[in-house]
Amino acid sequence: MVTELFPVTLKGAETSRRGKRLVGPVDLSLDGQGLCVVLGPNGSGKTTLLRLMHGTARLTGGTVQWACDMDTARHHQAFVFQRPVVLRRTVEENLTYPLRLRGVDRKAAKAAAQDWAERVGLGQHLTRRAMVLSGGEQQKLAIARALITNPALVFLDEPTASLDGRAMREIEAILLQAKADGTRLILSTHDMGQARRIADEVVFILGGQVHETGPAKMFFDTPKTPEARAFLKGDIVE
Amino acid sequence: MRHAFWLVVTFDAELAEIALRSLRVTLTALVIACLIALPLAALLAVRRFRWRRATIALLNALMGLPPVVVGLIVYIFLSRSGPFGALGLLFTPTAMIVAQVIIIVPLIASIAHQSLRELWAEYHDLLISMNVTQMQKMRTLIWDARRALLTAALAGFGRGIGEVGAIMIVGGNIDNATRVLTTAIALETGKGEFALALALGFVLIALALGVNLAIHWIGQTERDSRW
Ligand SMILES: Nc1ncnc2c1ncn2[C@@H]1O[C@H](COP(=O)(O)OP(=O)(O)OP(=O)(O)O)[C@@H](O)[C@H]1O
Ligand SMILES: [Mg+2]
Repeated sequence: MVTELFPVTLKGAETSRRGKRLVGPVDLSLDGQGLCVVLGPNGSGKTTLLRLMHGTARLTGGTVQWACDMDTARHHQAFVFQRPVVLRRTVEENLTYPLRLRGVDRKAAKAAAQDWAERVGLGQHLTRRAMVLSGGEQQKLAIARALITNPALVFLDEPTASLDGRAMREIEAILLQAKADGTRLILSTHDMGQARRIADEVVFILGGQVHETGPAKMFFDTPKTPEARAFLKGDIVE
Repeated sequence: MRHAFWLVVTFDAELAEIALRSLRVTLTALVIACLIALPLAALLAVRRFRWRRATIALLNALMGLPPVVVGLIVYIFLSRSGPFGALGLLFTPTAMIVAQVIIIVPLIASIAHQSLRELWAEYHDLLISMNVTQMQKMRTLIWDARRALLTAALAGFGRGIGEVGAIMIVGGNIDNATRVLTTAIALETGKGEFALALALGFVLIALALGVNLAIHWIGQTERDSRW
């Protein structure tokens, strides 16, 4: 499945609103393995870059090219939003929703929902309405709903930004497990500690420009650009 | 007054017949109106097409349309010399249903559109990201907003059951055929038969309240099983 999608190549990709360029031009190429962290301070364009790749932000210049067409690509992707979107349904119905859309029968969908709810620690809450879950629980639900269709790639937009330390580590563990199961992850964060903990690969973004891309170890040990060095030293704060 | 109560509690046959006809006409109109208005409202919420704004403006304008005028227009269309005259529908319950559908569709569609649009703002990103088809979007929105839509339907029912001008014109208030609660009240009041008019009024209120409570109860039980 992974081979259908990757590599993804951005060439001069940019998005503008009312003549103001928000992100780009970005040149970037990613292959199908590991956990890639898009790192940058608030307002640097992380959300917009993820949406550009996913095909839900308007591309006003350049190209975003998957190994297949954009619609097919999106079919094999899932997106977890910075502010979790939960359906006004029960936890179980939230989890079965993407499966039912794909024609999975009710019984199999329910079994998968039970399984995933337990994996993210929501096993006790299956029949509760998702709207009444806490912020952290909603975020876990959104992540489980993204992973339940076994997508080739999951975008996660600051999935732990509003969570406490324990919830953050729980979610990181879920993500590392998903990675071990062969899911490609592209995660945005402004949290350097988190990037150090989980990144295989870093895309450093600042002011809508991608300044540096590379293996995480190289990025943290020997940053090449002055902007990256400043960010790592803490001179650029969110 | 006492006589009025008496008529109600003895379940006067004529009164029961009129009440049932009222209920049948308005419930039929309500079902048809919902089948038109809810998908329309959902479509207006999820899709940006050329005439969208114009349609919304038109619906809002139609909401304020006086029922008497609707009755007049339906009358002209159904009268023997009108375009649908050959169907012979004038002065039948069907004609009354047609008029009521026209009156309540804009009301239900407007209220429904309001809540579906709010829900769409909430769901937009997720459903776009999931590559959901237009049809699936509409179904998801209608299902998840069903409680608000029930309220919209209730408003439509209230407007329909209490309406007198249009159905008087297209139905003709014919005894044993098209006489319903509201037109009967108008007639009996005109004749000075206050007891009967009052009894009819009680039944009308009871019907409106009963349907409201029933629908409220449906929503309530569902909530209990969920929370
Ligand atoms: N729809 C929009 N209209 C106008 N400006 C926008 C829009 N979306 C984003 N922007 C601007 O583009 C820039 C990048 O936004 P983006 O949301 O991608 O940043 P981010 O890195 O995700 O920030 P954060 O860490 O706060 O989530 C910001 O300056 C933002 O104000
Ligand atoms: Mg963001």
